[in-house]
Amino acid sequence: MSKHEPATGQDTATQADSKLPPQRTPLFEKHLEANGKMVDFAGWEMPINYGSQVKEHNQVREDAGVFDVSHMVVLDLSGENVKAFLQYLLANDVAKLKEPGKALYSGMLNHNAGVIDDLIVYYLADNFYRMVVNAATREKDIKWIIEQVAGFDIDISERNDLAMLAVQGPNAREKVLSLLSQADAEKAGALKPFFGASLEESFIARTGYTGEDGFEIMIPNEMVADFWDQLLAAGVKPIGLGARDTLRLEAGMNLYGTDMDESISPLQAGMAWTIAWEPEDREFIGRPELQKEKEEGSELKLVGLVLEDKGVLRGHQKVITEFGNGETTSGSFSPTLGVSIALARIPSATEDTCHVEIRGKQLKARIVKPPFVRNGKSQLK
Amino acid sequence: MSNENPSDLKYTKTHEWLRDNGDGTATVGITDHAQELLGDVVYVELPELETELAAEENCGVIESVKAASDMYAPLDGEVTEVNEELDAEPELINSGAFGEGWIFTMKLANPSDLDELLDADAYEAFCQED
Repeated sequence: MSKHEPATGQDTATQADSKLPPQRTPLFEKHLEANGKMVDFAGWEMPINYGSQVKEHNQVREDAGVFDVSHMVVLDLSGENVKAFLQYLLANDVAKLKEPGKALYSGMLNHNAGVIDDLIVYYLADNFYRMVVNAATREKDIKWIIEQVAGFDIDISERNDLAMLAVQGPNAREKVLSLLSQADAEKAGALKPFFGASLEESFIARTGYTGEDGFEIMIPNEMVADFWDQLLAAGVKPIGLGARDTLRLEAGMNLYGTDMDESISPLQAGMAWTIAWEPEDREFIGRPELQKEKEEGSELKLVGLVLEDKGVLRGHQKVITEFGNGETTSGSFSPTLGVSIALARIPSATEDTCHVEIRGKQLKARIVKPPFVRNGKSQLK
Repeated sequence: MSNENPSDLKYTKTHEWLRDNGDGTATVGITDHAQELLGDVVYVELPELETELAAEENCGVIESVKAASDMYAPLDGEVTEVNEELDAEPELINSGAFGEGWIFTMKLANPSDLDELLDADAYEAFCQED
């Protein structure tokens, strides 16, 4: 999984200054060439689809697709005590990263244990880590990190010189490898899931946000259009933010601003697995509040829903349970499963079933543990 | 853009079309322009049979992967038939908006109301400026 974003853009918090014209990635012209329908996403003019969102979704599940994710933010952190800083900044523990290139998914919390952002951090060397954060949270993330870094001797550089592509699907790796030099292909081909490596002119990682195998590739701005053309010539199809949202939802991956935000702790956002409680003496930001919530028990939990009645689940619909109400945080028709699915925050005691209110009607839904789909296959029992 | 709206149909500004069946009933669907805006249709909440509809009344919902969109009664009348094929194959609205993707048939309270709706040229002009 990876960093993410995306989506429909409709209910995603955007911090972009609305007075500024939207920014364009180096692939803007390529999106137009491919008939991309451009929308404003977090201050960026991005393709929502290139025709059919469902076809694009299926393309990724069945073959290979490419997403322009150049709007995401790459931050390089370097310095003698960068590891100690990240151990303080993040709820997950970068000390888990022993091999160069290994990636870690983590929440970055505030002092109330609310999620400021979710991100991927790569361990590249003892004094060098790379982080990928969401575009919609760019300003506040950078501000927060700079505030926390006081007292640490660390350089932070934003890599605006890099574009980013995600190539995803069962045939994605093979198609990407066929385009690389022999030396690069050997390096990239040897990557295990959730590892990255520097190539001659780019950085490649076996990560993604779709529940499929594939790569995320950071590549200099001036080179990305050529590489895009080569991918398309190799049969990889362009995929918009719309399909990115349904793919990540099926994969049970959170979207920041929709499934969690600064008022929600990772324990209530399905992110308990990203909190490193051990070692006990690691003081990361938000730990005291989080510890308290863990001891007292969370009132709410994030679960998956599968609609058993007919209809379409969307974000922010009312969920009715015998223990009280909750709400869906993301929802959509699932193209892979042919039914409606959602992530929902509901009372922790709820099990098995609940009802979702859609246009005044209460529809029955089954409670499941995400993911819904992994590597093209239904995970529903 | 495919804005070739059949000239034998009538249209509303909310992107429904009507076919005058000549027997006091009219068949209703959404236009090709509307289905293109909606994208892949995945669910249609059909009106119920025998419902008395008033013009411009909300009479159903079309849900695409992207969003839910309300459907409005084009004229006063009673629902006499609904396209149950859409339960299993809502994508018919995408593939045949003016044909097999029809949504329901209504018995018009005043068949002469049809004259108040847009013709194909007027609808096309409306879409251009919309």
